[in-house]
Amino acid sequence: IDYTGTDPSSPCNKCLSPNETPCVCTINFTLEQSFEGNVFMYYGLSNFYQNHRRYVKSRDDSQLNGDPSALLNPSKECEPYRRNEDKPIAPCGAIANSMFNDTLELFLVGNESDPTPIILKKKGIAWWTDKNVKFRNPPGGDIPLEERFKGTTKPVNWVKPVYMLDSDQDNNGFINEDFIVWMRTAALPTFRKLYRLIERTNDLHPTLPAGRYYLNITYNYPVHSFDGRKRMILSTISWMGGKNPFLGIAYIAIGSISFLLGVVLLVINHKYRNSSNTADITI
Amino acid sequence: MEQEPAAAEEPGSPEARRRRRRRREGRTRTVRSNLLPPPGAEDPGTSVAKGARRRCAGTQHLADNRLKTTKYTLLSFLPKNLFEQFHRLANVYFVFIALLNFVPAVNAFQPGLALAPVLFILAVTAFKDLWEDYSRHRSDHEINHLGCLVFSREEKQYVHRHWKEVRVGDFVRLRCNEIIPADILLLSSSDPDGLCHIETANLDGETNLKRRQVVRGFSELVSEFNPLTFTSVIECEKPNNDLTRFRGCIVHDSGKKAGLYKENLLLRGCTVRNTEAVVGIVIYAGHETKALLNNSGPRYKRSQLERQMNCDVLWCVLLLVCMSLFSAVGHGLWVQRYQEKKSLFDVPESDGTSLSPVTAAVYSFLTMIIVLQVLIPISLYVSIEIVKVCQVHFINQDIELYDEETDSQLQCRALNITEDLGQIQYIFSDKTGTLTENKMVFRRCTVSGVEYSHDANARRLARYQEADSEEEEVVPRGGSLPQRGSSGSHQSVRIVHRSQSTRSHRRTGSRAEAKLASMLSKHTAFSSPMEKDITPDPKLLEKVSECGRCLAFARHQEHPLAHLSPELSDIFDFFIALTICNTVVVTSPDQPRQKQVRVRFELKSPVKTIEDFLRRFTPSRLTSSCSSIGSVAATKPAHKAGSSFLSTLPNDSALLGLEERLGPPAPALASNGYSSGARGWAAQCAAAREPQPEPEPEPHSEPQPQPGPEGELRYEAESPDEAALVYAARAYNCKLVDRLHDQVSVELPHLGRLTFELLHTLGFDSIRKRMSVVIRHPLTDEINVYTKGADSVVMDLLLPCSADDARGRHQKKIRSKTQNYLNLYAVEGLRTLCIAKRVLSKEEYACWLQSHLEAESALDNREELLFQSALRLETNLHLLGATGIEDRLQDGVPETIAKLRQAGLQIWVLTGDKQETAINIAYACKLLDHNEEVITLNAESQEVCAALLDQCLHYVQSRSPHSAPEKTAGSLSVGFSPVYPPSTVTTAGPSLSLVIDGRSLAYALEKNLEDKFLFLAKQCRSVLCCRSTPLQKSMVVKLVRSKLKAMTLAIGDGANDVSMIQVADVGVGISGQEGMQAVMASDFAVPRFRYLERLLIVHGHWCYSRLANMVLYFFYKNTMFVGLLFWFQFYCGFSASAMIDQWYLIFFNLLFSSLPQLVTGVLDKDVPADVLLTKPQLYTSGQNREEYRPRTFWLNMADAAFQSLVCFFIPYLAYYDSDTDVFTWGTPITAIALFTFLLHLGIETKTWTWLNWTACGFSILLFFTVALIYNASCATCYPPSNPYWTMQTLMGDPVFYLTCLIAPVAALLPRLFCKALQGSLFPTQLQLARQLAKRSPEKLSAPKGTFAQGHVPGEPRTEPSEQRSLRASGSFSQDCGSQASWHAQQPACSPEASGEPSVVDMGMPLREDALLEGLSGQTPGASSPGQVVLEGCPRYSRRKPTSTSRAAPLSSIFSLPSFSSLSWISSLSLVSGLGSVLQFSRSGLQMDKRDGEFLASRPQPDQDLRGLSGQTTDCF
Repeated sequence: IDYTGTDPSSPCNKCLSPNETPCVCTINFTLEQSFEGNVFMYYGLSNFYQNHRRYVKSRDDSQLNGDPSALLNPSKECEPYRRNEDKPIAPCGAIANSMFNDTLELFLVGNESDPTPIILKKKGIAWWTDKNVKFRNPPGGDIPLEERFKGTTKPVNWVKPVYMLDSDQDNNGFINEDFIVWMRTAALPTFRKLYRLIERTNDLHPTLPAGRYYLNITYNYPVHSFDGRKRMILSTISWMGGKNPFLGIAYIAIGSISFLLGVVLLVINHKYRNSSNTADITI
Repeated sequence: MEQEPAAAEEPGSPEARRRRRRRREGRTRTVRSNLLPPPGAEDPGTSVAKGARRRCAGTQHLADNRLKTTKYTLLSFLPKNLFEQFHRLANVYFVFIALLNFVPAVNAFQPGLALAPVLFILAVTAFKDLWEDYSRHRSDHEINHLGCLVFSREEKQYVHRHWKEVRVGDFVRLRCNEIIPADILLLSSSDPDGLCHIETANLDGETNLKRRQVVRGFSELVSEFNPLTFTSVIECEKPNNDLTRFRGCIVHDSGKKAGLYKENLLLRGCTVRNTEAVVGIVIYAGHETKALLNNSGPRYKRSQLERQMNCDVLWCVLLLVCMSLFSAVGHGLWVQRYQEKKSLFDVPESDGTSLSPVTAAVYSFLTMIIVLQVLIPISLYVSIEIVKVCQVHFINQDIELYDEETDSQLQCRALNITEDLGQIQYIFSDKTGTLTENKMVFRRCTVSGVEYSHDANARRLARYQEADSEEEEVVPRGGSLPQRGSSGSHQSVRIVHRSQSTRSHRRTGSRAEAKLASMLSKHTAFSSPMEKDITPDPKLLEKVSECGRCLAFARHQEHPLAHLSPELSDIFDFFIALTICNTVVVTSPDQPRQKQVRVRFELKSPVKTIEDFLRRFTPSRLTSSCSSIGSVAATKPAHKAGSSFLSTLPNDSALLGLEERLGPPAPALASNGYSSGARGWAAQCAAAREPQPEPEPEPHSEPQPQPGPEGELRYEAESPDEAALVYAARAYNCKLVDRLHDQVSVELPHLGRLTFELLHTLGFDSIRKRMSVVIRHPLTDEINVYTKGADSVVMDLLLPCSADDARGRHQKKIRSKTQNYLNLYAVEGLRTLCIAKRVLSKEEYACWLQSHLEAESALDNREELLFQSALRLETNLHLLGATGIEDRLQDGVPETIAKLRQAGLQIWVLTGDKQETAINIAYACKLLDHNEEVITLNAESQEVCAALLDQCLHYVQSRSPHSAPEKTAGSLSVGFSPVYPPSTVTTAGPSLSLVIDGRSLAYALEKNLEDKFLFLAKQCRSVLCCRSTPLQKSMVVKLVRSKLKAMTLAIGDGANDVSMIQVADVGVGISGQEGMQAVMASDFAVPRFRYLERLLIVHGHWCYSRLANMVLYFFYKNTMFVGLLFWFQFYCGFSASAMIDQWYLIFFNLLFSSLPQLVTGVLDKDVPADVLLTKPQLYTSGQNREEYRPRTFWLNMADAAFQSLVCFFIPYLAYYDSDTDVFTWGTPITAIALFTFLLHLGIETKTWTWLNWTACGFSILLFFTVALIYNASCATCYPPSNPYWTMQTLMGDPVFYLTCLIAPVAALLPRLFCKALQGSLFPTQLQLARQLAKRSPEKLSAPKGTFAQGHVPGEPRTEPSEQRSLRASGSFSQDCGSQASWHAQQPACSPEASGEPSVVDMGMPLREDALLEGLSGQTPGASSPGQVVLEGCPRYSRRKPTSTSRAAPLSSIFSLPSFSSLSWISSLSLVSGLGSVLQFSRSGLQMDKRDGEFLASRPQPDQDLRGLSGQTTDCF
């Protein structure tokens, strides 16, 4: 679901103007089929070059791993998002600086008046290794995160510092999963990133029954300036991962091409078998 | 010369000690004894000279004898080696790229990492250099520490020193069989005549002994040479590399000067033979010795393929720049577009300002160059070097190129032009020694106008030729023996011996034993039994013995020769000339290289009085000496005189009488005859004379194994002609028994031993084309000149005979007759030599002698003076006769030439021989055919030549007008139809041949005619250039090479071919009879001409196709890989970002994908050797550069682009709009690329061995292992990719596997299809041959023959498992099952394995095994296990059809009765169909295709099977 709001009729169109902050808009949609099993909620960005060379470089893995020295003295790669007002930025770099900060809320309109909020799970969306190995908060045991991040400042574009990303201590600071997901730079300019999980609560009910829903968006992330697009995607996952019809199509296409070629070769072989035999004899 | 300073440097007082003195002035070097005191120190008069000398000594060093061939020292290694490596442009390029990476604004990788591959390559090369240098150092060390005896001043005797301590001016004493440590001037020899024999095999490969002479003036010193008394100064040339020239002079105390020649010089590396001890002074040492100056390293030639490759590398660079430019522009635009919009992902500069688009574009350009550097394959050069080294190794190891006879094999001397062997278009061949054996056999002769045809000899030779294997019966030669027996009654004893000896030869006459014999007697050059064993012509033999009888009777009279009729005297002279006029050295095999008869004469120098001579050789002395033979304790003077006529006729009977009387020692004496008697006798003399007894030959009491009384004298000659003539003379009982530098002993039938005083020898040279000896005839005391030379030269030098008197007329008649016979000989292909004689009066001789001596002692232009002096002597000759010597064709020459012809090679023969001889040889070796038209060009002048050429051209054009325009295009490949070799395109009727002689060739090679000549020559099937000089040979080669742009190969064996060999693209030397010069100059050395066939047709073809394919593959691989990156730029704003992790990017080429292609490059054999040999036409693919042309290159590049597109966009689409990150997405792409490369290689590989499998498996394994380890190693390292746990995550993702399967298949589909289509519609010769090779073993009932030819390296390993499959039918299915699983274990790299669950289809190479795969391909998807097993088995058994028991699996399948399902039947019929019908491969291929499709569309298996069985019945 595209909620960028370029279309004037879109409810989010109003948020395009920079002066309206914070801007909340609501988008209605209907699910024709119910979603069985776990549902993954993605946000998708288009025309966003997360794979730009200098963008990709602009991070400091040691800092993200909680190395205290790197925390206060980030790598040069982070320039120009390395220091702000003589304080080191944590997390430094352009990637962190441009973190996606829209907030999405999903509501099921069960009956007209009483929409049910869908429980969106924040944890479990990042790779386990990322969360537990690659990304670590600065050491410090029981000391509150704020203390641990002392001496650093927030990235320029951020509203809150890194230690206030979430109230949950296990999902705060560098190990905030939204942050981790964002830091995994996308391969292509059109990408999606996992935003939330909608877990199946019991076996009898579908996770997301068919029906009308609405999406509440706190619109912060400006993509319009560079012709970017924002989307929200709901998807279940099969054994193959996300739903992508391409592979199936590719297999069928290539299979049939091979078949065609096989037939062609068969015909050709029948026709030319004799001539090739004679050619054999002449050499 | 510099007499002035030399005189000034006379020694002062002897007590002062100096190590050595040196001085060099202008072009000369002065050497004096190290033992001498410093000159001038006490000499007040030479202070100026001293100063000058000191200055010279300070600035110039004479090299000491330390050998140092190493390039580097420990310190200088690194800079020097790096410097040398940076001569290669590619290295500079890569270092530049790596350094570019250090610039922060543009760097793409971690700087250190980017340096890694360059450093790796440099390190590998450096290590290789270091190793080579170290082994050189070791061998140097070994040589430097060889010991020799050097005279030490302190101890006043010879002491042991290492070679490296020998210095210029030292006195060195060498004993027999020692190797000479430096260039030494021979000052003293234990040989009484001041001679020393050396073997120069180390220098030029000639095994015959060369004679060296003590410096004149020192040979008089009978007592042992004392170095302390040596005060002379030697002036000689500066060190140079001319082995055949040395000149200088020695200045004695008295101011006398004596010339020094090369006869006085012992060269480093030679071996002293036949001489107990020699002493000499070192003149040149160490690196200044001629041997080392001659020793230049291996030549560097750049092969054609490499040139083309370099050109393509440049294209790649261009492509790289284009790509970079493109993306730079793109990036500039992108930056412009997004910058003002303040997009979130735009990273400004560190100071906050954003980059201007232009700057960004420039940065992007540089970064792109770094990122895309992979396009220029960094490992290409290293890989090619490795492949070439391996190829050279294989060629060297090829057992088929091993020559038993000479115990030699092919050597590759040039390492980097192996692939040129596969592209040769023109072969330029020498004739003598190349096409022919260069083993001369005396065939015919004519003496004074009478021809002696030697029919028996001819018959015998014919027998040699035909009877190669069959055991030859000992033919007692009944025809000739009685005749000889009757020829002289006194000879009967000897004739019995002779026939024994000849019989022993005959016994060894069978070919195999001849080989053995020649191997046993490797020391002796030119002494195969065939040459030695000559059956005399009975007529001539009779005349010879008659002549001998006459002479024996007439001996005591005043003018013995006058009693002979002119004819007989001519015959006598003829044989004397044959025997004497040469430089043959006589040795005896039982005492190798030990001079047997050491009878010393008081004949000192050539300059003597006639009276003295007469006095010494009066008949009375002769008879008295005869009586003294039996007495052991003869006095020395008696020896001196008597031994010369030791073996006169009465002597024979005396010996026989002695033999009867003496008892025990008698048999030895008898069997050895007088030579052994003389030997023992001489030994005692020697013992008495010399302080140290020479090694005694053998005790007399031992029975002699030798069959003949001759004691098997061996003749070692510098040229095989000489040996042949001497052996021929021996057959006429005119034996050369001894040869010293001033005398020659000849044994004659009735006269016994005659000793000729050898006054002069004017050696053979190629300008005069003759050699002469001046002797004093012992019977007549006349001074005779015997000249032997090429007929054209000698005939012109004959005494002009007046037609008036009868004698003159007779002479004229003889001459014309001889000329006729000469022509006849030439027509028969014999080498002709004329023998002539001149009688000099004493006055004439004295006059000539004076001028000759002057010439000899002259230092400047001595050669010229000597030449003129020789000219003066060799005039007014009296023709004696002529000889015809046959030079037999080598084994297999006609066949080889025919094969090479078929292979589309043009063969030109460039020979120095006569036109007739050359033409005959050409006919004999099928170079010319009798139904061909032969155009002969013999022009006397430029104009005539031009006219003739025009005429011929007109003629040729009128014959084939249609082909003329095509031919003018200059390239032979134009208008070439693949079935016929190019030379036969024009000729529907008889083909043309061109014969041109040397003079016309000289005209034709003029600037204005060379085009016409070439044009004409191109029309001809073969070209024969006769009488051509070495220079002309090289000019012809150069002409063809430059004008026709053709690849040329020159093959030759002698020094006269060296220039030609060096000019040609590929020079091949034959390590044959004429020394090693040709081999030294060559790139390849073969033992025989016939090995050229295998070398070119098999190895050349292989090397070319391997290397061409490998280079193409390299380009493909890199382009494809870079393509992936390039496509990505479209999706990352052209920011030069790479989705592939930098580690993979950098090491992909180097580690992951390099091994399989190396293995393929080394081992791939597109067509088996036997097929290549039977179908030489296949060679034309190399000539036309079919495998590697610009067109194929660009097709290849296009394919690479396509494949990269597929390999990029399949993952792109698969991961489009997903949550993968850059490097998680890049890793599958890398994997896909790897799989695609391997599969592509699989398509290109024609022979699969276990090594290929291993290499592929290893590559994949390595990639995954490295990826896993790398991704697990560090959580925070390797920015920016930080691929922690990426691979591990991917391994759990099915999409990864699915894309990895589909993408390579899709990428390779077009290529495969095109290949298959082209293979069935327009198969190339090679493909047909490959197919043929596959089916031929099946057609053969006895596959053993082909099995031997295979030599597939992997065969031994796979065989056992195959044998396993051929067991009894009970365990058969299980075995097959295990084999099927074995297949399944192979990496899944066949394209049809795309998601195919059936195990059988995995792991088979596609194209060449297509017909095998047809079998497996027809079991789709889920079939019964039994069927799988069945399918696996026949395929497997068919895959190695060359195995010995190949038929077994088929029959065992048939014998399996139990199963009766439909699938069984169909597959059985299929198997049988394959067993008998062979065209199935095509259908097999598309079955395979179809199969690939089944997995997607899942059709009914039954249907397919039905279709298949229907098809099989079609096949039946």
